[in-house]
Order: sequence, then structure tokens, then C-alpha cells
Amino acid sequence: MGKLYEKLMQDYRFKEGMKACINCGTCTAICPAAEFYKYDPRSIVDMVQSRDEEAIEKLLKSETIWYCGECMSCVTRCPRKNAPGLIVMALRSLSIDEGYFIHSEKGRQQYVINKEMYSNILNYGYCVYPRTFKYEDHPEYGTTGQWIEQNLDEIHKRVGSNLDGDGPGILRKIPDEDLMQLRNIFEQTGAFKRMDTLKRLSKERADSLGLTEEEYSEQIFNTISEGHFN
Amino acid sequence: MIYEGKKRIWSEYQKEIPEDNYFYVRSCIRQNFFPASEKTFLDIVRNRLGKDFFETQHHTTCGGIAYHSDAIPQETVMTIIARQFALMTEAGYKNYACSCITSFGLYTETMETWKLFPELEAKIREILWKTCHKEFRIPENLAHASDIIYKFRNMIAEKAAYRLVNVKTGKPLRVVEHIGCHYAKMFPSRGVGGAEYPYVLAGMIESWGGEVIDYPERRHCCGFGFRQYLVKANRGYSLSNTHKKFESMAPFKPDMIITNCPGCPYFMDRWQYVISELEGKTYGENGYGIPVFTYEEVAGLVLGYDPWDLGLQMHQVAVEPLLDKMGIKYDPAKKYLGENGKYIGKPQMPRFIKCC
Repeated sequence: MGKLYEKLMQDYRFKEGMKACINCGTCTAICPAAEFYKYDPRSIVDMVQSRDEEAIEKLLKSETIWYCGECMSCVTRCPRKNAPGLIVMALRSLSIDEGYFIHSEKGRQQYVINKEMYSNILNYGYCVYPRTFKYEDHPEYGTTGQWIEQNLDEIHKRVGSNLDGDGPGILRKIPDEDLMQLRNIFEQTGAFKRMDTLKRLSKERADSLGLTEEEYSEQIFNTISEGHFN
Repeated sequence: MIYEGKKRIWSEYQKEIPEDNYFYVRSCIRQNFFPASEKTFLDIVRNRLGKDFFETQHHTTCGGIAYHSDAIPQETVMTIIARQFALMTEAGYKNYACSCITSFGLYTETMETWKLFPELEAKIREILWKTCHKEFRIPENLAHASDIIYKFRNMIAEKAAYRLVNVKTGKPLRVVEHIGCHYAKMFPSRGVGGAEYPYVLAGMIESWGGEVIDYPERRHCCGFGFRQYLVKANRGYSLSNTHKKFESMAPFKPDMIITNCPGCPYFMDRWQYVISELEGKTYGENGYGIPVFTYEEVAGLVLGYDPWDLGLQMHQVAVEPLLDKMGIKYDPAKKYLGENGKYIGKPQMPRFIKCC
């Protein structure tokens, strides 16, 4: 067994999701991503089950594994109880941890996702937090969203939120002792290690392009090249 | 014979939903975009139905959005979940209710994975002790908050001030129900009615007088896609999937949409606005959109809550056409008032989609 396949086998999602694929293509037929992107979960599962190390490395460096939306519609349909969505999650984790993510445009986006998620979770205790969710980055928030942002405290009070307040309730301030526990969990379970890999390789790439960290983040957040779509 | 067979199959998809005594955890997305929905839920179950729902300020995100956007490892999210279970254990509860569908799917996945791989559960227990000095019991029962409203749907119907009926025609309102993917697509037996024929929202609609619409893309994802929305460059994925659903449902002329996932109503509401800005196209009657609601908002409307107490002013698509159809009395002048009745200005009018 090769090195990369062996690493995949250590991921519980891979153990659960990879049985024996019969190549029926049901997952691709039901997949929302396969209609939008040049994406075929069937071939990903088939490639992985071949255990071909070279093919797996190519996959980990590719755009393909980043197209899935993790809706898990494929899990319901597979007649052989495979879970292509879980296999993709295992592939993505391995791609980040091995540093292969830096080879693809979609993989490189992981840096800005991690920055946002880690900041929200560790500073506030939420994956999404209203003071960091900006209309500027989310014009689809609409004219109502713009109005909410301009009157955030007033509107939240009106509808009964406890925004940044003490005690329980909607969007309460999560006590520091709880945030510290989240930080301990991140440290102990390898989340910070994952972020370090993303940060190190993203910085190297930004340096090679002569971009500051901010310019690089902006570029990967906004840029989309041709060739991704069906 | 056929009936008996169907009854047997159906029985596999009946989940046990406890009567009372829940430990309640909130949703990141619902708190941000539909905050009054959680307030309404707790008010209904505690004050209208007399149930015990406990909440602690010490619970946090489950980490689900970060996990499904591949930002954090599986062991990280499992330890955060174990910490939430520890808070439930400390508070003396056995029934766990969550507001979020991503969380619901993740709690289910975690508990199933631990059953298959007990050594992983043991490892997470060890990490939790090391990082938080906490221990936990696995909940005896896990419910999504929509399961609970489903369970008490007939009691809500008995107390109804309004029904899902067009007061002018006397006909049932035509309702699209949209179930969040992570409710039952991964573990069909954990949702009411399974993945193909989920009944959790359909049951509410029928009980409150509406008519459920069946349409081709009924089970298609709303298009959130986690990283496909979080990164601006990927949002075409999210928009395209919502567009596909609306094109599919439009010929059936829905009066409203009801959802059980916190993210889906946000995307189905806001992408309607974007489609109108991009293409000048609207899906409702007379230039309006199709209003999209959380199940808590619909339960609140049925029970006679004031629409602005329910936070419906935070929607982009105007809800007034639906309120008028149901015959709900509301004061339009109060829509844009702040905490103490102070007028705080109103949103700009979009270019195409009509708003009130």
C-alpha cells in the first residue's frame, strides 16, 4: 500500500465512505456540483480505489477535489453505500496537510476560509458573527442587509437578540473561559498545525508573486479563472 | 397487502421525539440572519406549550461550517461536540435539541462514527479531559428543533389565530417545503420521513391548513455549498443552484416557501434579489418574490405573533403579500422601528423586485 493511500486509510471519513465503487455514476447524476463545475465524483472515487499513488497525488494537487459543496446528496443515492462526499473531505484534509493545496486555484482559497473561520470561532465562539459579516464582501446580503449592517445593534435589540450581552441568548458574548477551551481544543487536535501549513505556503506564494498578505488574500478571495465550468 | 408493506417501510422512518426536558443549543446562521426565530421557538415551547428547554451561555458553535468548509480537522469538531455534550451532562439533561441542520447532521455523524469506531470516541474523551476537564454522556435522544415543532404541530393548530389559507378564496395556500440537506440525506432514519419523503415540514403545512407542492427539484440543495459561498469567487455555484430550484418551482405558483435549515432561507431569499438585479426576473406575483420563511416564523404567524416581532423585516423578499393572503393584521408603519419605537430609516428599494 502506498504512502498517500495509507494516510487516507487513517481518516475515519475515508474508512466509512470508501467501500467498493461499481462506477454506476449515480453520485454524479445527483450531484449539484457536477452540473455546475467540470466535476465527476464517480471518477474521483474510482481513481482513489485504484490505489494508484501517482493518480492520487495528481488528484490532491488538482482543482477537482475543491468543487464539491458537501451537501451529501451522493450519500443517500449510492447503491453500494459509498460516501463520495466523505471521501472528498478526506482528500481535502490530506491535500492541505501535505501542502498540495497550493498547486490549485481552488485549493489556495482555503487560506482565506481558514482565516475567517478561526478568527470568528476563537474570538467570538461563532462560525458566523454579525460584526465581521460585511456587506462589502457580501453584496448579495441585499439592500435589507445593508440596512441591517447600518443599524445592527438597534435591529438586534428590536427582535430580541442579546448581541454581545452577558448570560444566555441570541449572539450572547461567549465567556472568555469557554473561548479558552476552544483554543485548547484547536491546539490539541491539530487545527493550529493545519493553519500553520496554510499560512506558511500561502506566504511563500505571496512573496513569489510580490504581493503583501492582504493583496494575496484579496486576490484568492475574488479571482476566478476560466476553465472551471461545464 | 400494499398498504401493509408501505406501513412497514414508513415505520422505519418514524423517529422518537421526546415530549419534554431538552438541552437547547443555538445555530450560528440562524442567530445572525433570523435571530427572532430562535426567540419565537423558545417562547412557543416554553410559554405556549409549557415545556422545559434549558440553555447555557457556555455553549458555542459546534464548528460545523468550519468543518464542512474543511478549515478544521475531524477531531477538532468532534471535541467541540463532546464539549457541548458535557455541558448537557452537567446540566442534568438527556435530550439534546439543536437549532441548526448542519449541527444536526454533524451530531448524528459523530455519534454514528463513534459507534463504528469506539477507539475514536475514547480518544475524544481523553482530549476533552485534557483540554477542558470535562466528561460527557452521549444524548439519549437527538432532535432538530423542527422535529419538536412537528411533534406539537396539532397542538399549535388548535391554538391557531391564522391558518395557511387564502382568506379571500378560502383555498389552502400552496407551499414549497425545503429540507436542509444535512437533515436526512446522510442518515435517512434520523429524520422524520427519511430523505426522499421527509414529512417534518409537510406535516406542519398540512396541519396548519396549507397544501404541499411537489415539483421536480424539490430535493435539490439550496446551493450553500460551504466554501462555494464563503469565497466570493465561488458564489456562482450557490446562485446557480438556487436559480435551478426557482425555475423548477415557479410553474407551480407557490405562495410561500418554508424551510427547516437556517442557511437555506437566507440563500433562497437573497439570491431571489440577486436574480432580479441580474436578469430583471422575479418569481412571485406582480413583481414580488416568493417569500421564504423559517418554520419558527410560520408557527409564529399561525399563532398570531406580530410579524415584526418575528423579525420578518430582516428578509429581503417582501412578506406582506403572504400576510395579506392569510388575513394577518399588521401595522406597516412599525416595520422599520428600532428597540424603543424609534424610526431607524428603511432599506433602499431594489431595482426590480418589488418590496413594501
